[in-house]
Amino acid sequence: MTTIAHPAVLGEQEAPAAHALAATVDRRIRLFNRCCAGILIALALIWLVPLAWAVDTALKPNAETTKITWWIDNPTFDSFRAIIRDTDILNWYASSFITSAISAFGTVVTGSLAAYALSRMRFRLRGVVFWFILIGIMIPQQVLIVPLFRELDSVNLLNTYWSVALPQIPLAIAVFIFKQFFDGLPRELDEAARMDGASFFRTYRRVVMPLCRPVVSAVAIFTFVWSWNNLLWPLLAMTNPKLMTIPVGLATVQGTYGIRYADTMASAILGALPLVLVFLLFQRRIVEGIAGTGLKG
Amino acid sequence: MASTTEAVDRIRPAPVPGPARPGRPESHGRSAALFLAPFVVLYVLFIIGPALYGLVMSFFDTSMVKPGLRSFAGFDNYAEALGSSDFWHSLWHTIWFTILTTPPLVVLALVFAILAERVPRGRWFFRLAFFLPYVLPSAVVALIWLFLYTPALGLAGKIVTSVGLTEPNWLGDQNWAMVSLAITTVWWTLGFNFVLYLAGLQEIPRELYEASAIDGAGPWQQIRRVTIPLLGRTTALVVVLQIIASLKVFDQMYIMTDGGPNFSTRSVLQYIYDVGFTSYRTGYAAAASTLFFLVVLAISAVWLMLTRRQSLGWAAKAGGEG
Repeated sequence: MTTIAHPAVLGEQEAPAAHALAATVDRRIRLFNRCCAGILIALALIWLVPLAWAVDTALKPNAETTKITWWIDNPTFDSFRAIIRDTDILNWYASSFITSAISAFGTVVTGSLAAYALSRMRFRLRGVVFWFILIGIMIPQQVLIVPLFRELDSVNLLNTYWSVALPQIPLAIAVFIFKQFFDGLPRELDEAARMDGASFFRTYRRVVMPLCRPVVSAVAIFTFVWSWNNLLWPLLAMTNPKLMTIPVGLATVQGTYGIRYADTMASAILGALPLVLVFLLFQRRIVEGIAGTGLKG
Repeated sequence: MASTTEAVDRIRPAPVPGPARPGRPESHGRSAALFLAPFVVLYVLFIIGPALYGLVMSFFDTSMVKPGLRSFAGFDNYAEALGSSDFWHSLWHTIWFTILTTPPLVVLALVFAILAERVPRGRWFFRLAFFLPYVLPSAVVALIWLFLYTPALGLAGKIVTSVGLTEPNWLGDQNWAMVSLAITTVWWTLGFNFVLYLAGLQEIPRELYEASAIDGAGPWQQIRRVTIPLLGRTTALVVVLQIIASLKVFDQMYIMTDGGPNFSTRSVLQYIYDVGFTSYRTGYAAAASTLFFLVVLAISAVWLMLTRRQSLGWAAKAGGEG
């Protein structure tokens, strides 16, 4: 990545005065950029304080947490052990992982199939289907909790992984992200495959999907993270402590630790850990995904 | 729920494709139905169906603990919500939260991105520091900040008193609670806007900076005359996405203050949650949901109109990247 500094190469015929001016501006800009770096590093460190403080506190024994100091007299992992032993956090991990994986997988598969039909096939009512799905972008899941709860209650699906995973699959925005990507692919590619007698499904599976790894991974990572972090719906759908997702579990036990701050922080860190890993592994993909699609949870 | 700019812009100019067999238009009705079915079935079951069901319910005295829709109520639920000071208060809290969070989340993200643009090395570190909080679950963020805000024992109070100020009762004081929640939210979600702005900055041609430098423009003038005006479209996008996201606030209040103290931070979504799932007044909660949806819809419509006008630019920018 280039930075903004050099007034670049001036034409040969430029007067020496222009060179002098350029040199001054160049120096000023470089100094300015160095100040920017200093300020930004300070801000970044401030931004990291809450997380660092949480880690620091979690490594203290509970008794030490009433002293506000970074220094730890007796560092220990006891709080982490206590959380794993005394709460259902391992179940919550499983629940979060299963429901988020189903949601992410389902969104990618159903969304890309629908987008492929909208992008490449000719059929009646195509425009109607298109607008019908577009409406979905406008409806936040949060306004649907009441009817959704009754609907799933009436078919006895509450307190199952399905009740959390299934409603998160039909993500209208994913269809449009895939469609946008498919529209940008040269038609000759899949037309050649179709001419060779491949079915639509085979073309989709063998020709088109392998070309959209970047968009598949962006959609998959995002739906996984959103689903993992969703609180409102899983809070209503999962009341069995063994089936709760990580955010619901943490929100529910919050306050039961009293002054055992080290335990509280340990539970927060354990809850954060999987997503920190996802972030570290897919940092570039996540950032490119936002930049390319403007996705927002 | 997600939103996007380019996706919506690019969907309009979509000529119907077809196999290159001129003179014989072929319909793919069956294949299309098969490809669309999995999505459309789930979409009807879990989005459109509940939306219509909720709309119907909002005209009935439906109860959570009794089966069926029960008696027809006409517009009574709506009239009651519009006449309820609790509803208006919660709507105001949500709007107040949006007012408190949107300006810092836009301005700070812009400032951080402009600073980062001028620092050649250590990109990964800034991304880590600013963006990592965004991927954390709200519950994790809430637990950490509840501890930071603990009266007398929290780090936030210690920092405030160390510079000679008196520590506010962060979450316990009606005047402070929403501000404290806003601070937490800015810390939590700033990274997203930061990344959007970084992407916007990449679009500005280097030559413009070089040209302005040759004209003798200092860095401050460059930022004011080149960077900020050219980021106008990104800013429009960031602002509207941020407003919509802030209006949907629920988690922070639910976990950190439970709407308190004295209901002063109860958001409209928590109001719906309370009347629907604590008072079991399903029909009334559905009516309140519909009213809230109309507010979000009105703002989304503004956003669509804004982006529509810019669609060419966005479409060009989107390129082939997903």
